[in-house]
Amino acid sequence: MRDLHAFLSPPAESARRHGPHDRIVMSSRVRLARNLRDAAFPGWAKKTERVRILDTIRPAVESLPEMKDSFSEAMDNLGALDRQILVERHLISREHAAKSAGSGLVLNHEETFSVMINEEDHLRMQALRPGLQLKQAWTALDNFDSSLEKKLDYAFDADLGYLTACPTNLGTGIRVSAMLHLPGLVLGEQINPIIQSVNKLGLAVRGLYGEGTEALGNVFQVSNQMTLGENESMIVERLEKVLAQIIEHEENARQILLEKKPKTVYNHIGRAYGILANAHSISSKETMNLLSLLRLGVDLGLFPGAERSLVDELFLVTQPAHLQKQFSDKLSAEERDLMRADMVRERLKNVSRPVVKSRPTNTSN
Amino acid sequence: MQCSICKEKPATVHLTQIVGEKMQKLDLCEDCAKAKGVNDPAGFALADLMLGLGAAQEIEQAAGGAELRCGRCGFTQADFKKSGRLGCPECYKTFCEGLGGLLKTMHKGTRHVGKAPESQRASSENADRLKALQKKLEKAVEAEKFEEAAQLRDEIRQMAERTTTPKTFTR
Repeated sequence: MRDLHAFLSPPAESARRHGPHDRIVMSSRVRLARNLRDAAFPGWAKKTERVRILDTIRPAVESLPEMKDSFSEAMDNLGALDRQILVERHLISREHAAKSAGSGLVLNHEETFSVMINEEDHLRMQALRPGLQLKQAWTALDNFDSSLEKKLDYAFDADLGYLTACPTNLGTGIRVSAMLHLPGLVLGEQINPIIQSVNKLGLAVRGLYGEGTEALGNVFQVSNQMTLGENESMIVERLEKVLAQIIEHEENARQILLEKKPKTVYNHIGRAYGILANAHSISSKETMNLLSLLRLGVDLGLFPGAERSLVDELFLVTQPAHLQKQFSDKLSAEERDLMRADMVRERLKNVSRPVVKSRPTNTSN
Repeated sequence: MQCSICKEKPATVHLTQIVGEKMQKLDLCEDCAKAKGVNDPAGFALADLMLGLGAAQEIEQAAGGAELRCGRCGFTQADFKKSGRLGCPECYKTFCEGLGGLLKTMHKGTRHVGKAPESQRASSENADRLKALQKKLEKAVEAEKFEEAAQLRDEIRQMAERTTTPKTFTR
C-alpha cells in the first residue's frame, strides 16, 4: 500500500500554489456526479455490489492519462487519521471519509483531480485549482469526464440528464464552488446582506466546514445549488460573475475599514498576532480565526517580509489531524492545544510585530 | 412542540434557514435530528431536508396511497422518505410522477440542458440528419432526379452503418 503522507505534497509546498485573485479566492473547485446505468446507487447497493462497482470504476479512472502515477486506494485500507488529513486538505468530503468497504479514492500527483468512488454517487470527480480558476477547472474536468464516458456506461436520460442518487444533483450533476477569505466583509459587518443576496441568486454560501454564517477563519464556500435546466457553462459563468462582485465588495470593505476605522483593524490584527506569537495553549478554532486576521494583516502590508503562504501553511498544519500526524503518540485534545501553540510560536518567531502607520491627526502617543 | 418528522416526540432541535426570500423553520426531536444528520453540519442542509419531506409527500399522493416499489432495485417510497435519496437510476422512471413537482421547486427547469455522453449525443444528431436526408431523397425522387437520389440513398446507408460506431460524431 502506498503511503499517503509520502504522496501528498508537503503543507509548505501546497500553501505556495498560486492562482489569480488568491488574495481573496483561496481555491476553485468543480465537481461532477456520475453513476453507472446498471447498478443501485451506493447508499442502497449491498456491499458485494459496491465492491463490484468499485472494481469496475477504479481501473477505468486509473487508466486516464491525467491520473498517471496516482494514489489509488480502497477507503477501508485507509486509517482514520489519513482520512481526516484528506478532509482537512479538502480532497475528499467528510461523508466520504466515513465510508468503508466498497468505496475508494483516486487522486492524481498534482492534487488537481480527486475522484471519490461510491460516495453518495458511484462517481464524484473533482477538479481543483488554486485561486479563481473556475473555467479552467471546468474545462479540465469536462475533458476528464469525456474520456471516462468511453470506458463506463453512465446512467443518462435525454430529459433528466445524468441520473444521481439525490434529485438535487440531477441533470448536469455539477457543483461549482470557490473558497473565499472574507475578513473585510465580516469585520465591516456586511457579510450577512451579501450572503442573503447571493442566496437569492440560487447560490449557496457555507462555512469552511458547513452551515452557519459565522464561518471558521472567515472562510466561506460559494456554490451553485441548481443542476437541472441550465447548462454547465451558464452555471460556471453565473458563479464567476457573482464571485467578481464579492471580490470587489471585499476589497472595498478592507479599504473602507482602513479609512474609517483603522484603530479597529489594527487592534484586531495586533491582538491576533499577540496571541498567536505568545500563547502556550490554543484550540484549533481560535487558531483559525486568529490566522485569518494575520492573513488580512499580510494582505494590508502590516507584516513586511512575511508571506501569505506562511499563514496558509499554518492554517493547514494546525488542524487536528495534520497536527496529530507530526507526533507519533496519540494526543489528547489538551495536549494538541499545547503542541499547536508551541508550533505556531516557533513559526512566528521571525515575523515581527505589525507595522502600523500612525495617523497624522494623532497626538504624541 | 411536536417533532415535524415523526410527529410523536417533543421537538428539541430548532432550525432556521433563509432560502431565497423565504425563512424556513423546522422543529425536530433528538432522534430525528440525529437520523437526518443535523449534528453533522457539513452533510446537512435544511433545504434538502425540507425538500426530502415534501418529495415523499408528493410521491405518496401520486401513488394514491399505494406503496410504489422500483421493479429493478426494490426501493420504495418509504425508503425515499427516510433518506431523501433514490435507489437506482431506474427509480427515476418508477417515481417519475411524484418527482416532477419536486424538481420544479428544486431546479431552474425540469428538462436537462447541457452535456450528454457522446454516444447519446451522436444518436440524436444522427436521427435528425437521417430525417433530413430522407426528406431530400423523397423530393429528389419526386423531381425524377435519379442521380441525386442514388447519392442520397448511399449516404443514408452509410449513416445507418455509422450509428453503430457513434465515435465518428463529435461536438
